[in-house]
Amino acid sequence: MTTSMQRARQLPDERGRFGEFGGIYAPVTLLPAIEELIEAYEDARRDPAFQAEFERLLREFVGRPTPLYYAASLTERVGGARIFLKREDLAHTGAHKINNAVGQGLLAKRMGKPRVIAETGAGQHGVATATVCAMLGLECVVYMGELDVQRQSLNVFRMKLLGAEVRPVRSGSRTLKDAMNEAIRDWVTNVRTTYYLVGSVAGMHPYPMMVRDFQSVIGRETRQQILEITGRLPDAVVACVGGGSNAIGIFSAFIDDEQVELHGAEAAGEGLETGRHAASLTAGRVGVLHGSRSFVLQDEDGQIVEAHSIAAGLDYPGVGPEHAYLKTTGRAQYHAISDAEALEAFQLLCRTEGIIPALESAHAVALAVRLARERPRDQIIVVNLSGRGDKDMHTVASALGVTL
Amino acid sequence: MSRNESRIAETFAVLRARGELGIIPYLTIGYPERESALELVPALVRGGACAIELGIPFSDPLADGVTIQRASHVALQNGVTVRYCLETAARLREAGVDVPFVFMGYFNPLLQYGLEQFVRACVEVGVDGVIVPDLPPIESDELHALCRAAGRDLIFMVAPTSTERHLREVAARASGFLYCVSLTGVTGARDRLPDDLPAFLQRVRAVTDLPLALGFGISRPDHVAQAHALVDAVVVGSALLDRIAAAQPGERAAAAEAFIAWLRTGTAATVGEGS
Repeated sequence: MTTSMQRARQLPDERGRFGEFGGIYAPVTLLPAIEELIEAYEDARRDPAFQAEFERLLREFVGRPTPLYYAASLTERVGGARIFLKREDLAHTGAHKINNAVGQGLLAKRMGKPRVIAETGAGQHGVATATVCAMLGLECVVYMGELDVQRQSLNVFRMKLLGAEVRPVRSGSRTLKDAMNEAIRDWVTNVRTTYYLVGSVAGMHPYPMMVRDFQSVIGRETRQQILEITGRLPDAVVACVGGGSNAIGIFSAFIDDEQVELHGAEAAGEGLETGRHAASLTAGRVGVLHGSRSFVLQDEDGQIVEAHSIAAGLDYPGVGPEHAYLKTTGRAQYHAISDAEALEAFQLLCRTEGIIPALESAHAVALAVRLARERPRDQIIVVNLSGRGDKDMHTVASALGVTL
Repeated sequence: MSRNESRIAETFAVLRARGELGIIPYLTIGYPERESALELVPALVRGGACAIELGIPFSDPLADGVTIQRASHVALQNGVTVRYCLETAARLREAGVDVPFVFMGYFNPLLQYGLEQFVRACVEVGVDGVIVPDLPPIESDELHALCRAAGRDLIFMVAPTSTERHLREVAARASGFLYCVSLTGVTGARDRLPDDLPAFLQRVRAVTDLPLALGFGISRPDHVAQAHALVDAVVVGSALLDRIAAAQPGERAAAAEAFIAWLRTGTAATVGEGS
């Protein structure tokens, strides 16, 4: 056991592998940039000055630590295990995405890259990146699927206010995967001057590792807070999984605590049986997308299929390779939560706790409710409430049949 | 199987002996019509192509510019699969086309088909090599071993950004030819070739005596003329697809043939004008 635990901590290996997953499936033009990034990150990670600056910004700019909140009314309503919420929705810009954006923004600056590009789905990562670029004085271009530009117009405006250029992507399904394709094309073209700030634990090495490391602050804080509040570790940790960065962020501190269950909530969209979902781990097959080997939604011929979720941030046909590893090793379990279940949990949290969650995070709340219901009160479930729901008002209103 | 025995090696040996620059057109199979390759490929050979790159479409072609993105999208809508691409190659061989065929396709569709079955099928249908733009040497062990065992060439790409170590790594496992990406960017026709091209190709020449093919951005006879002194062949993709798309349905093959013939004027001492 010790060996496998130590191995888990050391992953990925030097080729970016988590077991059979991960890797560097990248166009040749990018290989030197990827190596430069790996070296720069290793160097930064070992530099106390870089770490101190990162921690200072997390504290003073992001507003960390975010609270761990006991959701007493929700717990009461569900009538099972006690539910705690890790309040990433209270971080600057309204979601966990800012943690990674600050870390990589500092890295871009350190590497002397004047131009930053990013892909975004719901727009949360785009907003976080635009925010950090404004603060650090970096040029910022955000690629966003045209469909997402339409359904997340508020975030598009926020990015523009922050000085970023938003480029709508009209190819393919016009959502997150196509935004990522276009960002990679930009990176290939402008590789010498440009830093690609990936927002999730997907993509080629070293992104899954680096984004996990920058998001691991969520898990470290949570672990310390739950010990302070309850004197013990939780029985289960729950998070939503699109690419999977908030989930890896909170899971990472508990991976070695084998008594702590790790549960990921994927988007079942309109239902797994309809084919309109985004549940790569539950219903996908192993393949290669955006530079890494992981579970992918694809047809029989290996063509990537469109993902569907009411939550734009989960609307991605791939998933980070470390999640694939955690699934196949059995360390984490993944469940599919439908649009309808997420909407119900969304409203439940609004009314019981006075917290409007992001639709992405509502998937985690729904799963936590499902798990809590079957467990006694002396059990503890921690949910990563990864973002706030202000951005989703139009989507929710239209799903509930309300015209704003 | 040694290099000398492959159809690709033979073709380049002949080109070198004659001091000729080869032209390798790229076509996305299934574009613009599902069966288009069956008439386009023979036309390209009549125009003077020394080999053909047959593109296997992928839903997410992240190294490609708009032309090949669009072609891939249309091809997929036309129901093109890896199996269909193999069948197309087989039918072209049956029709007597004997220049080397190289498949160009992203990794995931090949992986799902099964790498071993895919390489075996390449042998059966007479495809001589494979280019996988998202499979760098570090990830290529399995496919490389399968290709080598089957006497197929896994064609590797190098780019202006490639370091000396990358170039040596690639040279150590490459066969057939090296695909030199002319610029830092995606595929697509460009007005001019980059100024640092000779310096880049010199660095490549320093690590290998394999034939070099130059691709990305090549669209005109003067590009071909420039390349003549530097490499053994040029790959022409997006510019050709643009021509085909612009032609009337009944005139696509003629347009393709004329385009290759026009490019070949760049291999002569004086550069031809017009199209």
